Amino acid sequence: MISVRIQKQFAAAPGSAAFTLDLEFTAGAGVTVLFGPSGSGKTLTLECIAGFLRPGAGRIELDGRLLFDGASGVCLPPRERQCGYVFQNYALFPHMSLRANLGFAAERLPRLERHRKVQEMLERFHLEDVAGRFPHELSGGQRQRGSVARALLAAPRMVLLDEPARGLDAPLREELHEVIREVREGFQLPVVLVTHDLEECFALGDHMHVVRDGRIVQSGTPESIVEQPASLDVARLLGVYDLFPAEVRSLDPGARTSRLRMGEHELSAPYLPGKFKGDHVWVYVLPERVKAAPREGQRAGANQIPATLARTIELPRGIRLEFTNGLRAEVPREEFAAMASTREWLIEIPPGELRAL
Amino acid sequence: MDLDWFPLWLSMRVAALSTLISTVAGLWLAYLLANRTFRGRDALDAAVTLPLVLPPTVLGYYLLVVIGRESWFGRAWEAVWGAPLVFTWQAAVLAAVLHSAPLLIKSARAALESVDHDYERAARTLGASEWRLFVRVTLPLASRSILAAVGLAFARALGDFGVTIMVAGNIPGRTQTVAVAIYDAVESGNGAAARALVLAVSAMALGILWLANRLQARQAAR
Repeated sequence: MISVRIQKQFAAAPGSAAFTLDLEFTAGAGVTVLFGPSGSGKTLTLECIAGFLRPGAGRIELDGRLLFDGASGVCLPPRERQCGYVFQNYALFPHMSLRANLGFAAERLPRLERHRKVQEMLERFHLEDVAGRFPHELSGGQRQRGSVARALLAAPRMVLLDEPARGLDAPLREELHEVIREVREGFQLPVVLVTHDLEECFALGDHMHVVRDGRIVQSGTPESIVEQPASLDVARLLGVYDLFPAEVRSLDPGARTSRLRMGEHELSAPYLPGKFKGDHVWVYVLPERVKAAPREGQRAGANQIPATLARTIELPRGIRLEFTNGLRAEVPREEFAAMASTREWLIEIPPGELRAL
Repeated sequence: MDLDWFPLWLSMRVAALSTLISTVAGLWLAYLLANRTFRGRDALDAAVTLPLVLPPTVLGYYLLVVIGRESWFGRAWEAVWGAPLVFTWQAAVLAAVLHSAPLLIKSARAALESVDHDYERAARTLGASEWRLFVRVTLPLASRSILAAVGLAFARALGDFGVTIMVAGNIPGRTQTVAVAIYDAVESGNGAAARALVLAVSAMALGILWLANRLQARQAAR
């Protein structure tokens, strides 16, 4: 269990504006994801926890042990913090074999036990066949597993991972996720992972904090955050929605519905607590939940908007249609093949999928 | 031809000993300058650079002030060993250290600083003390560059003239190093001896430079 509260000011420097890190969270066993754009302070947070960087104020406590306390001036050096750190480039020592790298992490142990632990860890991460190789002779996946194994051999009380999947191709990423799940299940440690990849949050995150400009702007499970972003900012950071301005035309608390005006169209939506008639709101919809069909001269029905196709984008699992009014929809590939020549479409947003901020 | 090779032999001995001293003291200073922040770091940095830019005679003068027969160090030396330090080959070693250590410190510091900090950070999170980190990670990773720096320091120690002549003098067979001997030979019109020593020193310096460049190229390729 780790609890973190840190504040640190960074003065403006050439090439970077002044920046304030000010965040607070706790993390138990399981994977906690810090999600945010680059420059939001995620990595700085990890560096403060690991002890590479001294916060200006705050308090960091790991399993009841004080790592940092601004008020009393406690600041343990990294080697006493028992925080495993997996670097983006893995940082395996290039002049040592993989076995020696692992041994380095276990040197506090007597020789025989060290040997046994290293062997155990090599087997656990399927590295026994390449233990004698040097880092530059290992594959990306082996380096990745080696660096996690090395971090775990130092018997840490938590593991910090700094964008471990950055720059990896899809199979390696999948492999890495397996390794991190293995750590989560096999070691019962708090794992704090930094990423700017929302899919990774879903693949690994038990809990997620959205970080922006040095602050946590929303916390929750990845599912709950995508279902209900707390602000327009968060919605934009997640980057998965279509966002439109709209005006509240009417609200019916009894039926739990509302009417929204988007451009010249009026649509039904769920009730919007805290909003009033005439309020300007931002509507967000997930493109994969928007339905689109050829118009074929029909009039627009309930929650349907006529739109002209602007362009199509091939996606791995279907076709994304982009319309001149800014709406987007996704349709399966086979379905689209039959109507590829259609220009005029009817877009339907099911009332339940129409949310507003 | 009857040629006196003693100056070359003396210079090698002086350079070897001074390189040993420079390496031990220089690595320590380079480590301090590269890794620690402390009061007076900039002053120390300037102090170790100064010998690179001062005229050797000025360095020699300072050294004379410190180890001369009238200084407290000179007196203590004389009291212990029964003979003055100045105008001995040991004084030539000190001169060579003063002449060559700054170069070694500069290059060693650059070599230590060029080691990717993530390796050092990784070692720290794995529980390594600063000493273990230095000996097991930083030093091996910078070893080729440091070895190259040691080679250059040796070459520079071999070639010192100004400081040596100030504190060790020009006593043939005792303190006459190769640089001084060449000067002496030219002054006294002994062209053959001068040529032989010049060629020998040039060949050695060239060899060391070639080795140092190869070491640094291989370090860069890692």
